[in-house]
Amino acid sequence: MKRSFESPITLLGARALAPFIMMFGLYVIFHGHYSPGGGFQGGALLAASVLLMRVASGSKTSSLVLSNAITTPMGVLGVFIYFGTGLLAMLLGSNFLDYEGLPIPGLSPEYLRYTGILIIEVGVGLAVMAALVLIYDKMADGEVSS
Amino acid sequence: MLQKGFKWLVLAGFAALMAWGMWGLPDRGDLDAPMNEKTTITGGPTPAAHYIEKAYKEAKTPNIVTVVLGDYRSIDTLGEVVVVFTAGLILIVLLTNRRKVHDIDGGEQ
Repeated sequence: MKRSFESPITLLGARALAPFIMMFGLYVIFHGHYSPGGGFQGGALLAASVLLMRVASGSKTSSLVLSNAITTPMGVLGVFIYFGTGLLAMLLGSNFLDYEGLPIPGLSPEYLRYTGILIIEVGVGLAVMAALVLIYDKMADGEVSS
Repeated sequence: MLQKGFKWLVLAGFAALMAWGMWGLPDRGDLDAPMNEKTTITGGPTPAAHYIEKAYKEAKTPNIVTVVLGDYRSIDTLGEVVVVFTAGLILIVLLTNRRKVHDIDGGEQ
């Protein structure tokens, strides 16, 4: 196996690119109502941004971006946001995942559904991002030094 | 040699089968295709017509695909998220004990 060494060029390139990829991921999630995109695609882009830093700078620096320990709770949170939205609507008297039953004051039923879709897209994005980063972390565990 | 030729023959056979199947598909955007009809063969309404007519009115979202995935078929999307999440959990279970086994074997790289 080849000896690994730090390259300032790779690190600088990754540091320059990662915020823009993350920004684009957020755009894809939150603009999914008007253009192609949504939680899955945006989550994959967010994960790509984190993984770029993971690959370029090793685990020690990149855990400043997203800690290893936080990925599993983040995935749980994402699934919970989705499921909780549906459950909340059900507990308040409408059907499971019927967003018109959500307790957000001052919104017409159409915009309640609009908001509900946005909330679950955020949940999907969190879960997908966490799962992808988690898979990389577990596979690279103990093999990437420094 | 014979085995290799047989493999290519099987591959070509499947390719021909796929091409033959593709010929039967309707053109892209064909209004008369069964999936673009307003009513089904038995006369009932199709879901696609409902989505196209009502998606913007019911959710104020111009992207019909988002409405279908996030609202009309949100339980299906919930299942997809759970699948992705479960894949992550299974990876934890499979890969967490990997290094311990190495240590028992002698720990040499």
